[in-house]
Amino acid sequence: MSFDVKRAGKLALVLAAAASLAACASTKPLPEPGPGPGSPPGPGTGYQPAPGGGPVDSRALPGSTQDFVINVGDFVYFDLDSYDIRSDAMSVLDAQAAWLNRYPAVQIRVEGNCDERGTREYNLALGARRANAVRDYLVRRGVSSGRISTLSWGKERPIDPGTGEAAWSRNRNGHTVIIAGAR
Amino acid sequence: MIFRSALAAVIACAALLGVAAPTVATAQPQVGSTISSGVVEPLPIAVPAFTGAGRGGEIAQVIAGNLERSGLFKTIDPGAFPERNLDIAVQPTFDAWKRINAQALVNGHVTVEGDGRLRVDFRLWDVFSGEQLLGLQFTSTPENWRRVAHKISDAVYERMTGEKGYFDSRIVFVAESGPRDNRIKRLMIMDQDGANPSSLTDGSYIVMTPRFSSTSQEITYMALRPTGSAIYLFNIETARQETLGRFPGMVFAPRFSPDGNRVAYSVERGGNSDIWIMNLTSRAQSKLTSDPGIDTSPSFSPDGSRIVFNSDRGGSPQLYIMGSDGSGARRISRGGGIYTTPVWSPTGDFIAFTKQQGGQFHIGVMRPDGSDERILTTSYLDEGPTWAPNGRVLMFFRETRGGAPRLWTVDITGRILRPAPYQGSGSDPAWSPLLN
Repeated sequence: MSFDVKRAGKLALVLAAAASLAACASTKPLPEPGPGPGSPPGPGTGYQPAPGGGPVDSRALPGSTQDFVINVGDFVYFDLDSYDIRSDAMSVLDAQAAWLNRYPAVQIRVEGNCDERGTREYNLALGARRANAVRDYLVRRGVSSGRISTLSWGKERPIDPGTGEAAWSRNRNGHTVIIAGAR
Repeated sequence: MIFRSALAAVIACAALLGVAAPTVATAQPQVGSTISSGVVEPLPIAVPAFTGAGRGGEIAQVIAGNLERSGLFKTIDPGAFPERNLDIAVQPTFDAWKRINAQALVNGHVTVEGDGRLRVDFRLWDVFSGEQLLGLQFTSTPENWRRVAHKISDAVYERMTGEKGYFDSRIVFVAESGPRDNRIKRLMIMDQDGANPSSLTDGSYIVMTPRFSSTSQEITYMALRPTGSAIYLFNIETARQETLGRFPGMVFAPRFSPDGNRVAYSVERGGNSDIWIMNLTSRAQSKLTSDPGIDTSPSFSPDGSRIVFNSDRGGSPQLYIMGSDGSGARRISRGGGIYTTPVWSPTGDFIAFTKQQGGQFHIGVMRPDGSDERILTTSYLDEGPTWAPNGRVLMFFRETRGGAPRLWTVDITGRILRPAPYQGSGSDPAWSPLLN
């Protein structure tokens, strides 16, 4: 199946918003509103709320691409001109490996990306190093190498179109893309 | 004392670069020292509309545009011309042209022959001596009128500067459109002056780094799709395209050998990129580097015996030269900073490169032994030089911060820097050899 990053991103935002609303409701119980001082009692409507209401919870279908993107994380980031797996990336990749080991039908492509502060051909080579560094880490965590392909986009596909260090640091990444086998 | 300033300018440039002075045609006088404070004074030249059967005005405009863009000539506004409809068979009124300070004058005549072919006669005059410096005739199909104008431009440039021209040539490049995080990239070809732009690919996949063969109207380039990368040969005359083999990982950075019989390129395996070479006849491949560092961007010396390339084997991206059999690699870049995209000039005397230092990008040139490094440009992002066929002008692309890339040219002195005559967004230019 193909995987639409933008759509998944939007879904993630919606879910995050829902989660934060739920958190507000549960952590800040408000007292029942009563009639204010001196306000006249309203007219009765005869309406009786049906019992058993409450919020509708939603979450990504376990084993789906959305589940992977939202609950595991599909990006890890690299330092300038480096392809070393950072410590903050290790926890993400450990979670990716655990998820992939739980859903063994899933096939992935690891894509290496670079910031724009390099030249195109060199960045293709650097992106390939990053993709392979992610791949090798996942293999060491038990994911079969036959399930993983790699690709470098060089600096051709920045995820952040900005031009400062914040954008560049996001654009130096390894992106784990599910290409088949998700539920 | 004819053409003193232009010749002095060119020879001054040559001296600055430490190259031998260009071979000046025998009729030229010795060069006086009229250049002060290193400023190049372009030579005033008049190119009135050619007379005869149609297109004469357009031909003159194409010639004037070429000469003006070279930065070595200043074309005189036609509104100032003292005479018009100059009869090619009659000497111009030199005194009148002297009064508007024209130092050179090009006039010509267009004829449609009995068989429908276009014939253009032209003369190049030294206004101050009254000497005819060139008298030539070109014949071609009427559709080729722009190419005739480019041939005339090349003849004038060569006669006046002693260097070969570069105007009858084309550029293949990547035309870019769309947002920064989802650019559409098409291969395009256009004449060197921006005329006749035409798409070679449809933009449905990313294309990068087209390179011309120096012996045929053929390019090699790289395509990048989610399924992987590929390198192609594409014949511009026939539109025939073929894939250069299948590779275990990424394949990129293809470039022809000078004889056109081989292509060098990078192949990535398990994250490590090495340089390979393929014989285009037998399709046999051999590996030229086997270093754990990144090895890419190979570019041959004009005699085919050596390859300059980019490697980070020493810790940061630098330029190296090896034999074209892979032997004897040694580093040549020594100036500090990061060096990438080396390109050997067609005349063999320089290697152009992209350099990063202090947060800026530069286009520069150095001798093949690494000496005499000169930085020609500085900006937020300058990248990917390609040589004009005469080895004296470079085209590259420049991206402003957050902006779209544009094509630019710079001469090897760095003084004549200007946008290339293409209005759209473009990158990865490749300059063709001179056409036949």
